[in-house]
Amino acid sequence: MSLRFPAALVLSLVILFLIGPFLIIVAASFSAGDTLAFPPQGFSLKWIAKVFTVESFRQSFVTSMILAVGGTLVALALGVPAAYAMSRYRLPFAETVRTIVSAPVIVPGIIVGLALLRYVVVPMGVPITLALFLAHTALVLPYAVRVVSASLANLRSDIEEAAILLGSSRLGAFFDIVLPNIRGGILAAFILGFVTSFNQVPVSLFLSGPGVRTLPVDMLGYMEIVFDPSVAALSSLLAFLSMGIVLAAERFLGFSRYV
Amino acid sequence: MSDPTYLTLEGLTLRYGDTVAVEGLDLAIGKGELVALLGPSGCGKTTTMRAIAGLLAPSAGAIRLDGADITRVAANRRQVGLVFQSYALFPHLTVFDNVGFGLRLKGLRGTALRDKIEAGLTSVGLAAYAGRKPPELSGGQQQRVALARSMVMEPKVLLLDEPLSNLDARLRLDMRTELQRVQAQTGVTMIFVTHDQAEALALADRIVVMRGGRIEQIGAPEDIYNRPVSRFVADFVGFENIFSIRDGKLWAGEAVVPLPAALPAVAGLAFRPRSVVLGAGPLNGVVRGASFAGGTREYVLDTPFGPIKAEADAGLPVHEPGANVAFDLPIGQAAPLKAD
Repeated sequence: MSLRFPAALVLSLVILFLIGPFLIIVAASFSAGDTLAFPPQGFSLKWIAKVFTVESFRQSFVTSMILAVGGTLVALALGVPAAYAMSRYRLPFAETVRTIVSAPVIVPGIIVGLALLRYVVVPMGVPITLALFLAHTALVLPYAVRVVSASLANLRSDIEEAAILLGSSRLGAFFDIVLPNIRGGILAAFILGFVTSFNQVPVSLFLSGPGVRTLPVDMLGYMEIVFDPSVAALSSLLAFLSMGIVLAAERFLGFSRYV
Repeated sequence: MSDPTYLTLEGLTLRYGDTVAVEGLDLAIGKGELVALLGPSGCGKTTTMRAIAGLLAPSAGAIRLDGADITRVAANRRQVGLVFQSYALFPHLTVFDNVGFGLRLKGLRGTALRDKIEAGLTSVGLAAYAGRKPPELSGGQQQRVALARSMVMEPKVLLLDEPLSNLDARLRLDMRTELQRVQAQTGVTMIFVTHDQAEALALADRIVVMRGGRIEQIGAPEDIYNRPVSRFVADFVGFENIFSIRDGKLWAGEAVVPLPAALPAVAGLAFRPRSVVLGAGPLNGVVRGASFAGGTREYVLDTPFGPIKAEADAGLPVHEPGANVAFDLPIGQAAPLKAD
């Protein structure tokens, strides 16, 4: 009983710190004033509307979408077979592979970005778009492998043997039996990968070059020049988009089971 | 029996590195036979079953089925069915589609497919559950679906991995009856793996007792139960008092049992608790424990040559713990062991 009051206080503070900044940004995006400020001055939708008229936002949004969707799909195409092989066969270097695959989560993004720029993009002349794409794929790969591995761990391998004894081939058993049963995990990995890639800043910061920028990097650049609430408005829109995706995933597949 | 060598294992050997799971196993199984592979875990029974199914490749030896060498035939072409211990139903498919999975791969479509699936489900009494998904079924129902899924494929051999061990006592009896009925109706050759002697005795036509990757004894349930050839088999089928014979004496471990009777020329003798005669005889022991077991009373006696387990009719006078009791081990009631 005596713990109840302090516990409630700590919980409220944690919630305030987590949600507070978000509430401030959302409030600021409906401001009628000309600078980013809190409390907002008046109420208007003009900054929300302005977001859609900024040409660089539109371009970097497309870039970010391509990186997030494409990078995650490639990561899944690599990650699903890798996770499957590691879960079903005793591979000699499985542990090493697992560590290497997890590396992008552990190594700070700023180091990854710098390393890619210094040793890949500049000396090898790799185009910036390709470098960004590779970097985002690598960053998403750990999530793909991990989430899919978790859902494979829940799937008994004897159902594949059962399929084979009923006349299926190994590949057939994978597509007919394994894949449908880890569909939820794959979709969860996709959403997690998409959000990770879309929100990625440090690596993209190093690799963004003239004409090619991801949306978060573009927003940073925009704020250095123009200090109006349109960045807040864009942030709110992105936050609601992310929440919408996650809520839909939770509603239709029980997303939290997989993450 | 039409063909006593319908399925044969010839020198079947499976090794993993230095570990030998199955060593030089020779076994012939007749068409329509119901055979149990019985043994403790690690005896090689499951490995043997998986080799027959084609899920494990033998290191040496051959497997012949219905006149053909299937040693190198892929698992998906052997026409061997397997009911897994976990049932291994496809969780994303309905009961109907689970049973139809193999039939579809065979190319069956439309009414032919539907009829076969429905016949299969009807035969295990689950026609009403066709639209359910496996997680909605009880363990017993899941197992019947797994049985139907294998049986609709009309396999040459049906393998069952511990078919009764996951079921409670009442369902166990149902499933036993069910398996015997399926076998009688279809005449399919069945091999099941179990570590439970009661299961093997109740269900099989013939029992293969395995130990350390080899066959210890093959025989009808009565043979195995009454005439075990070795200490290992005797112990496995409930002979609690097992002695060896050396130098014309009866030994319990390193102690001599002073039984004043002529011993047969065998390696050992095994007595069931109920063969031990309590109340009179040349041997003596102190009652350590007594427990009531319905029709009988079970005793543990402490003797100079170790504990003796005895069982007496519950109607007889009780020997209280601590009491000194005379007893006899009647050699005529013992199972003679060929190997210790």
